[in-house]
Amino acid sequence: MYQYDTYDQSIVDARVEEFRDQVKRRLAGEITEDQFKPLRLMNGLYLQLHAYMLRVAVPYGTLSGKQMHMLAHVARKYDRGYGHFTTRQNIQFNWIKLDQAPDILAELATVEMHAIQTSGNCIRNISSDQFAGAAADEVTDPRPWAELLRQWSTFHPEFTYLPRKFKIAVIGADEDRAAMRLHDIGIQLLTRDGRLGAKIYVGGGMGRTPFVAPEIKDFVTADDLMSYLEACLRVYNRYGRRDNIYKARIKILIHEIGAAEYARQVEEEFAHVKTLGIDPPLAELERISAFFAPPAFDADAPDTIDRSDPDFAVWVDQNVRPHKQPGYAIVTISLKPTEGIPGDASADQLDVMADLGTRYSFDELRVTHAQNIVLPHVRKADLYAVWQALDAAGLATANLDLIGDIIACPGLDYCALANARSIPVAQKIANRFADLGRQRELGELKLKISGCINACGHHHAGHIGILGVDKKGIENYQLSLGGSGAEDASIAKITGPGFDEDGIVDAVETVTNVYLERREAGERFLDTYRRVGMEPFKVALYG
Amino acid sequence: MKLLTGNDLPTGDVIWWTGSGWSRHVTDAADVGSEGEALGKLEEAARRVNGPYVIEATLTPDGPRPAHIKDRVRALGPTVRMDLTLAPEASPQVVL
Ligand code: HEM
Ligand code: SF4
Repeated sequence: MYQYDTYDQSIVDARVEEFRDQVKRRLAGEITEDQFKPLRLMNGLYLQLHAYMLRVAVPYGTLSGKQMHMLAHVARKYDRGYGHFTTRQNIQFNWIKLDQAPDILAELATVEMHAIQTSGNCIRNISSDQFAGAAADEVTDPRPWAELLRQWSTFHPEFTYLPRKFKIAVIGADEDRAAMRLHDIGIQLLTRDGRLGAKIYVGGGMGRTPFVAPEIKDFVTADDLMSYLEACLRVYNRYGRRDNIYKARIKILIHEIGAAEYARQVEEEFAHVKTLGIDPPLAELERISAFFAPPAFDADAPDTIDRSDPDFAVWVDQNVRPHKQPGYAIVTISLKPTEGIPGDASADQLDVMADLGTRYSFDELRVTHAQNIVLPHVRKADLYAVWQALDAAGLATANLDLIGDIIACPGLDYCALANARSIPVAQKIANRFADLGRQRELGELKLKISGCINACGHHHAGHIGILGVDKKGIENYQLSLGGSGAEDASIAKITGPGFDEDGIVDAVETVTNVYLERREAGERFLDTYRRVGMEPFKVALYG
Repeated sequence: MKLLTGNDLPTGDVIWWTGSGWSRHVTDAADVGSEGEALGKLEEAARRVNGPYVIEATLTPDGPRPAHIKDRVRALGPTVRMDLTLAPEASPQVVL
């Protein structure tokens, strides 16, 4: 993992002291809420329905055991004993007190954590593939580039007040596990003719007007990448609509001027930026890459798994993925137990996961955009012990990528912007499909729920998406089908009129029944939907 | 009836104007009539509340029930963590 040098540490420490002073002045009445709000937001502190909410950054979703323990400590000491992992691989604490926020940030800084770039119109925390450095299908490890992007974007003076927030994802495999094409910029690292470079997608996003990012550049060599990205941001910064919040995201600019024209302007700007020498020297890249060298894998680790315990075998089939190193595997810990709250983990569970990461996964953990946790490097021979420990902590739910593995935003239970509750709907659906055999029979099925049009719950990218709306003061839920956040990215389409809270659960079941009737061998829900189209689902839902 | 609500500045807790001060329990909330906005400004300036606003509510035998679901969730706490809510039995009128 990357470790802070003295620059990184002093930046973060200075930020804590600056914020401490800002909070002091706010509490003393020296500054008003209007003056204070942008300052607290720059430190991840929102005011939500019940309290202040702190969003802590987990850069590209990577955590050490010590950092995960710190999150448990924050949950216990300053919150109400739990945290909520988000679709941007961060964590939110829901019950923070303003007068304690500086102390929390100070404690986080001791383990190289902070809440910078988790709010505001800046380049937000960089997201990436949770299997980075481990996946069997990886071309190159995206983390050194994600770290470079983090350093480049943190407090970048030109890009701190963009027209709107800006989200970047970087991946290094063909399978897209980071919803890369639903970001403002998606970077897919790849090699061509023996050279490392990247394919660049720009203008994706969810929210009110969802778009899958079009490809802007087929191949940029690695030594031009930072200049090219700088040019992408500059063109946006120049032309992005600052006058209208609904049109301010780069996706709207690209939609309006077209991908080709945007790409042309980026090329022009790039020719200029390239003369400024901002691409990092090779030595710096090597310095950063060295932090992500593969851990000391045991070359003799046995490559077999004892599957004699049937419950364990089911979990292995569902939640364990191939590793590039023989004898090792990637474990995903589902934070979606049937009765639970998607993405929530108690302080005790955070501690358990931290210990398992330290003991069995070279001290590494990852957060996924589907609100789960990954132990990236587990010896196959240790899987059973890991599973037993998880099971004892209520963390062994074997539903990865199944209908029970629901993404849900906090919705009206916590969020000040919400129109409807998301979590109770997720719980009712999870309950309806509580039987794991039934879930497995349905196969891969990504269900995503947002409590308002901001789409934090990625409903546009759900195979089945649910959006909560306010219908004359009553919660109502719109159903959509056919979205995907993976390499076959697409935006889901609305089926028709919405449903009430119980109606939406029935509607989801109806949709899965149509799928079961219509599917052909080997088809996932999404494949069947794409083949048969919306009509049969509509007929079943609305007659 | 109309209620004045907002968040406590240092803690962020949801608070309700009682006629003479602030309470964490909606059951204590008083009708502010047409005075709410002005009162909110004064209280905010005195840093006794953050982001005050006036809402519609109906008076029930158990106390005021905010008209909008968002304010009922604020009055109660997250509906999915009843263990963290403000004792629902103390304000049964807001349970969704
Ligand atoms: C509870 C506090 C939260 C607030 C106030 C909030 C606010 C917002 C707003 C205003 C937008 C729309 C921005 C735009 O496109 O114009 C948005 C989008 C988004 N938020 Fe949140 N959010 C919150 C929680 C979360 C959580 C919990 C997650 C993850 C589960 C999340 C992840 C996202 C994502 C992925 C988007 C879509 C970004 C896009 O358009 O590409 N947010 N959020
Ligand atoms: S989608 Fe809406 S309700 Fe859900 S967290 Fe985002 S802003 Fe809040």
